[in-house]
Amino acid sequence: MSRTTERARRVAERVTDPELPMLTLVDLGVLRDVDVVGDSHVVVDITPTYSGCPAMATMRDDLVRELQGAGFDRVEVRVSLDPAWTTDWITPRGRAALAAAGISPPGPAPSTSGPIPLTLQPTARQVRCPQCDSPATELVSEFGSTACKAQYRCTSCLEPFDHVKEI
Amino acid sequence: MDSHIATPAEDEHDSAYSGLLVNDAHWAFGTDFEDPLAGVDTTIPDGVDGPTLAAYALMLGDDALVMSHRISEWTSNAPDLEDDIALSNIALDLLGQARLLLARAAKADESVVPVLPEGSPAPPEDAIAYFREAHQFRNVRLTELVNGDFADAVVRVLLFSVWRLATFERLRASRDHVLAAVATKGVKELAYHRDYSARWFVTLAQGTDESRRRLLVALDALWPLWPELFDTHPVEAAAARSGVGVDPAAVREAADGVLDQVLDAAGVPRPEAPRRAGVLGRTGRDGMHGEALGRMLAEMQSVARAHPMGQW
Repeated sequence: MSRTTERARRVAERVTDPELPMLTLVDLGVLRDVDVVGDSHVVVDITPTYSGCPAMATMRDDLVRELQGAGFDRVEVRVSLDPAWTTDWITPRGRAALAAAGISPPGPAPSTSGPIPLTLQPTARQVRCPQCDSPATELVSEFGSTACKAQYRCTSCLEPFDHVKEI
Repeated sequence: MDSHIATPAEDEHDSAYSGLLVNDAHWAFGTDFEDPLAGVDTTIPDGVDGPTLAAYALMLGDDALVMSHRISEWTSNAPDLEDDIALSNIALDLLGQARLLLARAAKADESVVPVLPEGSPAPPEDAIAYFREAHQFRNVRLTELVNGDFADAVVRVLLFSVWRLATFERLRASRDHVLAAVATKGVKELAYHRDYSARWFVTLAQGTDESRRRLLVALDALWPLWPELFDTHPVEAAAARSGVGVDPAAVREAADGVLDQVLDAAGVPRPEAPRRAGVLGRTGRDGMHGEALGRMLAEMQSVARAHPMGQW
Protein backbone atom coordinates (compact mmCIF):
# COMPACT_ATOMS: atom_id res chain seq x y z
CA MET A 1 0.00 0.00 0.00
CA SER A 2 1.42 3.40 -0.97
CA ARG A 3 1.88 6.10 1.65
CA THR A 4 -0.84 8.17 -0.01
CA THR A 5 -3.30 5.30 0.16
CA GLU A 6 -2.34 4.74 3.77
CA ARG A 7 -2.99 8.38 4.56
CA ALA A 8 -6.36 8.37 2.74
CA ARG A 9 -7.29 5.26 4.67
CA ARG A 10 -6.40 6.87 7.98
CA VAL A 11 -8.58 9.89 7.14
CA ALA A 12 -11.53 7.74 6.01
CA GLU A 13 -11.21 5.61 9.12
CA ARG A 14 -11.84 8.67 11.29
CA VAL A 15 -15.38 9.13 9.96
CA THR A 16 -18.05 8.07 12.43
CA ASP A 17 -21.59 6.78 12.02
CA PRO A 18 -24.05 9.72 12.20
CA GLU A 19 -26.50 7.80 14.37
CA LEU A 20 -24.01 5.77 16.42
CA PRO A 21 -21.25 8.37 16.79
CA MET A 22 -19.27 6.16 19.17
CA LEU A 23 -18.50 3.93 16.15
CA THR A 24 -16.30 4.70 13.19
CA LEU A 25 -17.39 3.36 9.83
CA VAL A 26 -14.61 0.77 10.24
CA ASP A 27 -15.99 -0.34 13.61
CA LEU A 28 -19.39 -0.70 11.99
CA GLY A 29 -18.01 -2.70 9.07
CA VAL A 30 -19.46 -0.27 6.52
CA LEU A 31 -16.13 0.98 5.18
CA ARG A 32 -14.94 -1.81 2.89
CA ASP A 33 -12.06 -0.34 0.93
CA VAL A 34 -10.08 2.84 0.37
CA ASP A 35 -7.89 3.23 -2.67
CA VAL A 36 -6.04 6.09 -4.31
CA VAL A 37 -5.94 6.37 -8.10
CA GLY A 38 -3.28 8.75 -9.41
CA ASP A 39 -2.27 11.56 -7.06
CA SER A 40 -5.36 12.64 -5.22
CA HIS A 41 -8.37 10.71 -6.53
CA VAL A 42 -9.72 8.56 -3.71
CA VAL A 43 -12.15 5.73 -4.28
CA VAL A 44 -14.03 4.57 -1.18
CA ASP A 45 -16.28 1.49 -1.09
CA ILE A 46 -19.06 1.32 1.49
CA THR A 47 -21.73 -1.33 2.10
CA PRO A 48 -25.16 -0.18 3.30
CA THR A 49 -26.40 -1.62 6.61
CA TYR A 50 -30.10 -1.69 5.70
CA SER A 51 -31.55 -1.04 2.21
CA GLY A 52 -33.31 2.13 3.34
CA CYS A 53 -30.83 3.33 5.94
CA PRO A 54 -31.10 7.14 5.76
CA ALA A 55 -27.67 7.51 7.34
CA MET A 56 -25.96 6.35 4.14
CA ALA A 57 -26.22 9.78 2.49
CA THR A 58 -24.68 11.43 5.54
CA MET A 59 -21.89 8.83 5.69
CA ARG A 60 -21.06 9.56 2.10
CA ASP A 61 -21.07 13.32 2.61
CA ASP A 62 -18.91 12.94 5.73
CA LEU A 63 -16.37 10.79 3.88
CA VAL A 64 -16.19 13.28 1.03
CA ARG A 65 -15.81 16.24 3.38
CA GLU A 66 -13.11 14.61 5.52
CA LEU A 67 -11.09 13.46 2.53
CA GLN A 68 -11.42 16.76 0.68
CA GLY A 69 -10.43 18.56 3.85
CA ALA A 70 -7.30 16.39 3.93
CA GLY A 71 -6.39 17.55 0.43
CA PHE A 72 -7.80 14.79 -1.74
CA ASP A 73 -9.41 16.73 -4.58
CA ARG A 74 -11.52 14.02 -6.07
CA VAL A 75 -13.42 11.62 -3.83
CA GLU A 76 -15.60 8.90 -5.23
CA VAL A 77 -17.82 6.90 -2.87
CA ARG A 78 -19.01 3.65 -4.36
CA VAL A 79 -21.69 1.33 -3.08
CA SER A 80 -20.79 -2.29 -2.66
CA LEU A 81 -23.92 -4.44 -2.29
CA ASP A 82 -22.34 -7.85 -2.53
CA PRO A 83 -21.65 -9.39 -0.08
CA ALA A 84 -24.45 -7.87 2.00
CA TRP A 85 -23.56 -6.17 5.28
CA THR A 86 -23.87 -8.30 8.38
CA THR A 87 -23.56 -7.40 12.06
CA ASP A 88 -20.73 -9.96 12.18
CA TRP A 89 -18.60 -7.23 10.55
CA ILE A 90 -18.85 -4.99 13.62
CA THR A 91 -15.34 -5.08 15.08
CA PRO A 92 -14.46 -6.07 18.68
CA ARG A 93 -13.58 -2.41 19.29
CA GLY A 94 -16.98 -1.43 17.90
CA ARG A 95 -18.76 -3.91 20.16
CA ALA A 96 -16.93 -2.55 23.19
CA ALA A 97 -17.81 1.03 22.18
CA LEU A 98 -21.49 0.11 21.80
CA ALA A 99 -21.59 -1.54 25.22
CA ALA A 100 -19.82 1.44 26.80
CA ALA A 101 -22.51 3.69 25.31
CA GLY A 102 -25.31 1.60 26.83
CA ILE A 103 -26.19 -0.25 23.62
CA SER A 104 -26.15 -4.04 23.70
CA PRO A 105 -23.94 -5.39 20.88
CA PRO A 106 -25.26 -8.06 18.49
CA GLY A 107 -24.69 -11.80 18.88
CA PRO A 108 -23.67 -13.96 15.90
CA ALA A 109 -25.82 -13.36 12.81
CA PRO A 110 -28.13 -16.23 11.83
CA SER A 111 -27.39 -18.14 8.66
CA THR A 112 -29.54 -16.88 5.81
CA SER A 113 -28.93 -19.51 3.17
CA GLY A 114 -31.87 -21.58 2.02
CA PRO A 115 -35.46 -20.96 3.17
CA ILE A 116 -35.70 -18.78 6.29
CA PRO A 117 -37.72 -20.60 8.97
CA LEU A 118 -40.73 -18.81 10.45
CA THR A 119 -40.20 -17.80 14.08
CA LEU A 120 -43.42 -17.30 16.00
CA GLN A 121 -41.76 -16.99 19.40
CA PRO A 122 -39.83 -13.85 20.31
CA THR A 123 -36.23 -14.18 19.16
CA ALA A 124 -34.24 -15.92 21.89
CA ARG A 125 -31.07 -13.99 22.59
CA GLN A 126 -28.66 -13.96 25.51
CA VAL A 127 -28.80 -10.23 26.07
CA ARG A 128 -27.25 -8.69 29.18
CA CYS A 129 -28.26 -5.27 30.42
CA PRO A 130 -25.56 -2.80 29.35
CA GLN A 131 -26.26 -0.75 32.51
CA CYS A 132 -26.20 -3.32 35.32
CA ASP A 133 -24.97 -6.42 33.46
CA SER A 134 -27.99 -8.45 34.58
CA PRO A 135 -28.96 -11.33 32.26
CA ALA A 136 -32.64 -10.75 33.23
CA THR A 137 -33.77 -8.80 30.18
CA GLU A 138 -36.83 -8.93 27.97
CA LEU A 139 -37.58 -7.94 24.41
CA VAL A 140 -39.96 -4.99 24.00
CA SER A 141 -39.91 -4.80 20.20
CA GLU A 142 -37.77 -6.10 17.35
CA PHE A 143 -37.84 -2.59 15.87
CA GLY A 144 -36.16 0.33 17.58
CA SER A 145 -35.02 3.92 17.18
CA THR A 146 -33.05 3.07 14.04
CA ALA A 147 -33.40 0.30 11.47
CA CYS A 148 -30.58 -1.70 13.05
CA LYS A 149 -31.81 -1.86 16.65
CA ALA A 150 -34.34 -3.73 18.78
CA GLN A 151 -35.79 -2.42 22.05
CA TYR A 152 -35.15 -4.25 25.30
CA ARG A 153 -35.76 -3.64 28.96
CA CYS A 154 -33.88 -4.91 31.96
CA THR A 155 -36.10 -6.54 34.57
CA SER A 156 -33.45 -6.08 37.29
CA CYS A 157 -32.66 -2.36 37.06
CA LEU A 158 -35.78 -1.61 34.96
CA GLU A 159 -33.83 0.51 32.45
CA PRO A 160 -34.81 0.33 28.77
CA PHE A 161 -31.97 -0.12 26.28
CA ASP A 162 -31.22 -0.72 22.61
CA HIS A 163 -29.84 -3.94 21.19
CA VAL A 164 -28.19 -4.05 17.77
CA LYS A 165 -30.09 -6.86 16.12
CA GLU A 166 -28.34 -9.61 14.26
CA ILE A 167 -28.62 -9.59 10.48
CA MET B 1 2.41 14.17 -3.21
CA ASP B 2 1.92 13.33 0.40
CA SER B 3 2.20 16.79 1.86
CA HIS B 4 -1.22 18.34 1.27
CA ILE B 5 -2.37 20.60 4.06
CA ALA B 6 -6.08 20.69 4.75
CA THR B 7 -7.52 23.74 3.02
CA PRO B 8 -11.04 24.92 3.80
CA ALA B 9 -13.34 25.23 0.82
CA GLU B 10 -13.79 28.81 -0.33
CA ASP B 11 -17.47 28.95 0.46
CA GLU B 12 -17.06 27.55 3.94
CA HIS B 13 -18.48 30.62 5.63
CA ASP B 14 -21.21 31.43 3.13
CA SER B 15 -23.94 29.62 4.97
CA ALA B 16 -24.43 27.58 8.07
CA TYR B 17 -25.07 24.55 5.89
CA SER B 18 -22.07 24.76 3.61
CA GLY B 19 -20.07 22.41 5.78
CA LEU B 20 -22.82 19.82 5.61
CA LEU B 21 -23.49 19.94 1.89
CA VAL B 22 -20.75 18.81 -0.41
CA ASN B 23 -22.63 18.66 -3.69
CA ASP B 24 -23.83 21.59 -5.71
CA ALA B 25 -27.32 20.47 -6.63
CA HIS B 26 -29.66 18.89 -4.14
CA TRP B 27 -32.86 17.40 -5.50
CA ALA B 28 -35.41 18.69 -3.05
CA PHE B 29 -37.38 15.48 -2.64
CA GLY B 30 -34.72 12.79 -2.38
CA THR B 31 -31.94 11.84 -0.03
CA ASP B 32 -29.28 13.08 -2.41
CA PHE B 33 -27.24 9.90 -2.41
CA GLU B 34 -26.41 10.62 -5.99
CA ASP B 35 -26.59 7.17 -7.48
CA PRO B 36 -27.63 4.29 -5.23
CA LEU B 37 -25.88 1.90 -7.63
CA ALA B 38 -22.62 3.89 -7.96
CA GLY B 39 -19.86 1.36 -8.30
CA VAL B 40 -22.20 -1.64 -8.61
CA ASP B 41 -21.78 -3.86 -11.66
CA THR B 42 -24.91 -3.06 -13.67
CA THR B 43 -23.86 -4.93 -16.80
CA ILE B 44 -26.81 -6.77 -18.26
CA PRO B 45 -26.04 -10.53 -18.14
CA ASP B 46 -25.42 -12.32 -21.44
CA GLY B 47 -28.55 -13.36 -23.24
CA VAL B 48 -30.82 -11.14 -21.13
CA ASP B 49 -33.06 -8.59 -22.77
CA GLY B 50 -32.57 -5.14 -21.19
CA PRO B 51 -36.22 -4.03 -21.46
CA THR B 52 -37.38 -7.34 -19.93
CA LEU B 53 -34.99 -6.94 -17.01
CA ALA B 54 -36.14 -3.34 -16.54
CA ALA B 55 -39.83 -4.26 -16.66
CA TYR B 56 -39.25 -7.03 -14.12
CA ALA B 57 -37.29 -4.73 -11.77
CA LEU B 58 -40.11 -2.18 -12.05
CA MET B 59 -42.63 -4.77 -10.88
CA LEU B 60 -40.59 -5.66 -7.79
CA GLY B 61 -39.76 -2.00 -7.21
CA ASP B 62 -43.36 -0.80 -7.53
CA ASP B 63 -44.54 -3.49 -5.09
CA ALA B 64 -42.06 -2.17 -2.53
CA LEU B 65 -42.73 1.51 -3.25
CA VAL B 66 -46.52 1.34 -3.01
CA MET B 67 -46.46 -1.00 0.00
CA SER B 68 -43.92 1.26 1.69
CA HIS B 69 -46.08 4.32 1.16
CA ARG B 70 -49.19 2.65 2.54
CA ILE B 71 -47.35 1.40 5.62
CA SER B 72 -45.70 4.78 6.12
CA GLU B 73 -49.21 6.22 6.52
CA TRP B 74 -49.23 4.45 9.90
CA THR B 75 -46.40 6.63 11.16
CA SER B 76 -47.79 8.54 14.17
CA ASN B 77 -51.10 6.64 13.83
CA ALA B 78 -50.30 3.16 15.19
CA PRO B 79 -51.95 1.88 18.41
CA ASP B 80 -48.78 2.29 20.45
CA LEU B 81 -45.29 3.69 20.10
CA GLU B 82 -43.53 0.33 19.62
CA ASP B 83 -45.75 -0.60 16.68
CA ASP B 84 -45.52 2.88 15.24
CA ILE B 85 -41.76 2.44 15.19
CA ALA B 86 -42.00 -1.10 13.85
CA LEU B 87 -44.27 -0.15 10.96
CA SER B 88 -42.14 2.88 10.14
CA ASN B 89 -39.05 0.66 10.05
CA ILE B 90 -40.77 -1.81 7.73
CA ALA B 91 -41.81 1.03 5.42
CA LEU B 92 -38.23 2.32 5.41
CA ASP B 93 -36.74 -1.07 4.52
CA LEU B 94 -39.18 -1.39 1.61
CA LEU B 95 -38.45 2.14 0.42
CA GLY B 96 -34.77 1.24 0.34
CA GLN B 97 -35.52 -1.87 -1.72
CA ALA B 98 -37.70 0.22 -4.05
CA ARG B 99 -34.94 2.75 -4.59
CA LEU B 100 -32.41 0.12 -5.63
CA LEU B 101 -34.89 -1.74 -7.84
CA LEU B 102 -36.15 1.36 -9.63
CA ALA B 103 -32.54 2.49 -10.15
CA ARG B 104 -31.79 -0.96 -11.56
CA ALA B 105 -34.73 -0.63 -13.97
CA ALA B 106 -33.45 2.77 -15.13
CA LYS B 107 -29.96 1.38 -15.79
CA ALA B 108 -31.29 -1.63 -17.71
CA ASP B 109 -33.55 0.43 -19.99
CA GLU B 110 -33.48 4.20 -19.77
CA SER B 111 -36.70 4.49 -21.75
CA VAL B 112 -38.61 3.55 -18.57
CA VAL B 113 -37.54 6.87 -17.00
CA PRO B 114 -40.04 9.70 -17.56
CA VAL B 115 -38.51 12.69 -19.33
CA LEU B 116 -38.27 15.71 -17.02
CA PRO B 117 -37.56 19.35 -17.90
CA GLU B 118 -33.94 20.02 -18.93
CA GLY B 119 -31.78 20.51 -15.86
CA SER B 120 -34.04 18.77 -13.34
CA PRO B 121 -31.92 17.37 -10.51
CA ALA B 122 -34.30 14.43 -9.92
CA PRO B 123 -32.36 11.14 -10.14
CA PRO B 124 -33.83 8.43 -12.42
CA GLU B 125 -35.39 6.37 -9.61
CA ASP B 126 -37.20 9.44 -8.29
CA ALA B 127 -38.41 10.34 -11.77
CA ILE B 128 -39.85 6.83 -12.01
CA ALA B 129 -41.50 7.08 -8.60
CA TYR B 130 -42.92 10.59 -8.88
CA PHE B 131 -43.62 11.17 -12.56
CA ARG B 132 -45.55 8.14 -13.74
CA GLU B 133 -49.33 7.76 -13.91
CA ALA B 134 -51.22 5.05 -12.04
CA HIS B 135 -51.61 2.89 -15.18
CA GLN B 136 -47.81 2.80 -15.54
CA PHE B 137 -47.36 1.24 -12.10
CA ARG B 138 -46.88 -2.53 -12.07
CA ASN B 139 -47.50 -3.30 -8.38
CA VAL B 140 -49.83 -6.09 -7.31
CA ARG B 141 -53.17 -4.71 -6.11
CA LEU B 142 -52.75 -5.99 -2.54
CA THR B 143 -50.23 -3.21 -1.89
CA GLU B 144 -52.38 -0.26 -2.94
CA LEU B 145 -55.60 -0.68 -0.94
CA VAL B 146 -56.61 2.05 1.49
CA ASN B 147 -55.49 1.18 5.01
CA GLY B 148 -57.97 -0.21 7.51
CA ASP B 149 -57.44 -0.88 11.22
CA PHE B 150 -54.35 -2.39 12.86
CA ALA B 151 -55.55 -5.93 12.11
CA ASP B 152 -55.66 -4.96 8.44
CA ALA B 153 -52.04 -3.76 8.66
CA VAL B 154 -50.98 -7.02 10.32
CA VAL B 155 -52.67 -9.21 7.69
CA ARG B 156 -51.43 -7.07 4.81
CA VAL B 157 -47.81 -7.11 6.00
CA LEU B 158 -48.08 -10.87 6.65
CA LEU B 159 -49.42 -11.76 3.19
CA PHE B 160 -46.97 -9.42 1.47
CA SER B 161 -43.87 -10.46 3.39
CA VAL B 162 -44.60 -14.22 3.22
CA TRP B 163 -44.88 -13.89 -0.55
CA ARG B 164 -41.98 -11.50 -1.07
CA LEU B 165 -39.62 -13.44 1.20
CA ALA B 166 -40.38 -16.67 -0.70
CA THR B 167 -39.66 -14.78 -3.93
CA PHE B 168 -36.45 -13.15 -2.67
CA GLU B 169 -35.12 -16.46 -1.31
CA ARG B 170 -35.02 -17.62 -4.92
CA LEU B 171 -34.04 -14.26 -6.41
CA ARG B 172 -30.73 -14.50 -4.52
CA ALA B 173 -29.65 -16.83 -7.33
CA SER B 174 -30.49 -14.27 -10.04
CA ARG B 175 -27.95 -13.98 -12.84
CA ASP B 176 -28.32 -10.22 -12.50
CA HIS B 177 -25.83 -9.00 -9.87
CA VAL B 178 -28.04 -6.14 -8.71
CA LEU B 179 -31.20 -8.21 -8.27
CA ALA B 180 -29.21 -10.93 -6.51
CA ALA B 181 -27.68 -8.37 -4.12
CA VAL B 182 -31.02 -6.65 -3.42
CA ALA B 183 -32.56 -10.04 -2.68
CA THR B 184 -29.73 -11.17 -0.41
CA LYS B 185 -30.14 -7.98 1.63
CA GLY B 186 -33.93 -8.02 1.38
CA VAL B 187 -34.25 -11.57 2.72
CA LYS B 188 -32.78 -10.48 6.05
CA GLU B 189 -35.14 -7.51 6.27
CA LEU B 190 -38.24 -9.38 5.15
CA ALA B 191 -37.62 -12.14 7.70
CA TYR B 192 -38.10 -9.52 10.44
CA HIS B 193 -41.25 -8.15 8.73
CA ARG B 194 -42.76 -11.61 8.38
CA ASP B 195 -42.02 -12.65 11.95
CA TYR B 196 -43.39 -9.36 13.30
CA SER B 197 -46.69 -9.68 11.44
CA ALA B 198 -47.00 -13.43 12.07
CA ARG B 199 -46.61 -12.94 15.84
CA TRP B 200 -49.21 -10.17 15.85
CA PHE B 201 -51.50 -12.38 13.74
CA VAL B 202 -51.37 -15.12 16.38
CA THR B 203 -51.70 -12.61 19.22
CA LEU B 204 -54.80 -10.95 17.73
CA ALA B 205 -56.37 -14.33 16.85
CA GLN B 206 -55.95 -15.59 20.39
CA GLY B 207 -56.54 -12.28 22.18
CA THR B 208 -60.04 -11.01 22.88
CA ASP B 209 -63.23 -11.75 20.97
CA GLU B 210 -62.95 -8.28 19.47
CA SER B 211 -59.32 -8.65 18.34
CA ARG B 212 -60.13 -12.03 16.76
CA ARG B 213 -63.23 -10.64 15.07
CA ARG B 214 -61.29 -7.76 13.58
CA LEU B 215 -58.48 -10.04 12.43
CA LEU B 216 -60.92 -12.34 10.62
CA VAL B 217 -62.64 -9.37 8.97
CA ALA B 218 -59.28 -8.12 7.73
CA LEU B 219 -58.24 -11.56 6.49
CA ASP B 220 -61.52 -12.02 4.60
CA ALA B 221 -61.16 -8.59 3.03
CA LEU B 222 -57.59 -9.13 1.80
CA TRP B 223 -57.76 -12.82 0.95
CA PRO B 224 -59.26 -12.32 -2.55
CA LEU B 225 -56.01 -10.58 -3.55
CA TRP B 226 -53.70 -13.42 -2.40
CA PRO B 227 -53.98 -15.53 -5.61
CA GLU B 228 -52.97 -12.57 -7.81
CA LEU B 229 -49.53 -12.65 -6.16
CA PHE B 230 -48.83 -16.01 -7.86
CA ASP B 231 -50.04 -15.18 -11.37
CA THR B 232 -47.25 -15.32 -13.92
CA HIS B 233 -47.13 -12.23 -16.10
CA PRO B 234 -45.33 -12.66 -19.47
CA VAL B 235 -42.54 -10.35 -18.23
CA GLU B 236 -42.04 -12.54 -15.16
CA ALA B 237 -42.04 -15.66 -17.31
CA ALA B 238 -39.40 -14.15 -19.63
CA ALA B 239 -37.29 -12.94 -16.68
CA ALA B 240 -37.46 -16.40 -15.11
CA ARG B 241 -36.51 -18.11 -18.40
CA SER B 242 -33.41 -15.98 -18.77
CA GLY B 243 -32.35 -16.67 -15.18
CA VAL B 244 -32.73 -13.16 -13.78
CA GLY B 245 -36.24 -13.43 -12.28
CA VAL B 246 -38.51 -15.74 -10.33
CA ASP B 247 -41.74 -17.18 -11.69
CA PRO B 248 -44.37 -16.29 -9.03
CA ALA B 249 -46.17 -19.59 -9.65
CA ALA B 250 -43.03 -21.39 -8.47
CA VAL B 251 -43.18 -19.86 -4.99
CA ARG B 252 -46.85 -20.62 -4.35
CA GLU B 253 -46.25 -23.88 -2.50
CA ALA B 254 -43.56 -22.43 -0.25
CA ALA B 255 -45.61 -19.32 0.54
CA ASP B 256 -48.78 -21.31 1.24
CA GLY B 257 -46.79 -23.62 3.50
CA VAL B 258 -45.51 -20.74 5.64
CA LEU B 259 -48.93 -19.10 5.74
CA ASP B 260 -50.51 -22.37 6.86
CA GLN B 261 -48.05 -22.53 9.77
CA VAL B 262 -49.25 -19.10 10.89
CA LEU B 263 -52.93 -19.97 10.43
CA ASP B 264 -52.47 -23.23 12.35
CA ALA B 265 -50.69 -21.53 15.24
CA ALA B 266 -53.44 -18.90 15.35
CA GLY B 267 -56.28 -21.43 15.07
CA VAL B 268 -57.68 -19.59 12.07
CA PRO B 269 -59.11 -21.59 9.15
CA ARG B 270 -57.91 -20.77 5.65
CA PRO B 271 -60.49 -18.41 4.10
CA GLU B 272 -62.51 -19.58 1.15
CA ALA B 273 -63.36 -16.27 -0.50
CA PRO B 274 -62.85 -16.39 -4.28
CA ARG B 275 -60.13 -14.34 -5.93
CA ARG B 276 -60.77 -10.78 -6.99
CA ALA B 277 -61.21 -10.71 -10.75
CA GLY B 278 -59.19 -8.45 -12.98
CA VAL B 279 -60.68 -6.08 -15.54
CA LEU B 280 -60.88 -8.05 -18.80
CA GLY B 281 -58.35 -10.34 -17.17
CA ARG B 282 -55.93 -7.51 -16.41
CA THR B 283 -54.59 -6.91 -12.91
CA GLY B 284 -51.93 -4.87 -11.12
CA ARG B 285 -49.02 -6.29 -13.13
CA ASP B 286 -50.76 -5.07 -16.31
CA GLY B 287 -51.19 -1.56 -14.91
CA MET B 288 -54.86 -2.14 -14.07
CA HIS B 289 -55.39 -0.67 -10.60
CA GLY B 290 -58.19 0.39 -8.31
CA GLU B 291 -59.14 3.97 -7.64
CA ALA B 292 -57.11 3.87 -4.41
CA LEU B 293 -53.76 3.95 -6.23
CA GLY B 294 -54.60 7.11 -8.17
CA ARG B 295 -55.53 8.90 -4.96
CA MET B 296 -52.44 7.65 -3.19
CA LEU B 297 -50.18 8.82 -6.01
CA ALA B 298 -51.90 12.22 -6.14
CA GLU B 299 -50.77 12.79 -2.58
CA MET B 300 -47.38 11.11 -2.90
CA GLN B 301 -46.40 12.85 -6.14
CA SER B 302 -48.01 16.30 -6.01
CA VAL B 303 -45.15 18.26 -4.46
CA ALA B 304 -42.45 16.73 -6.68
CA ARG B 305 -44.59 17.29 -9.77
CA ALA B 306 -45.21 20.92 -8.85
CA HIS B 307 -41.44 21.47 -8.49
CA PRO B 308 -39.59 19.23 -10.98
CA MET B 309 -36.62 21.61 -10.73
CA GLY B 310 -36.77 21.70 -6.92
CA GLN B 311 -33.42 22.20 -5.26
CA TRP B 312 -32.24 23.18 -1.82
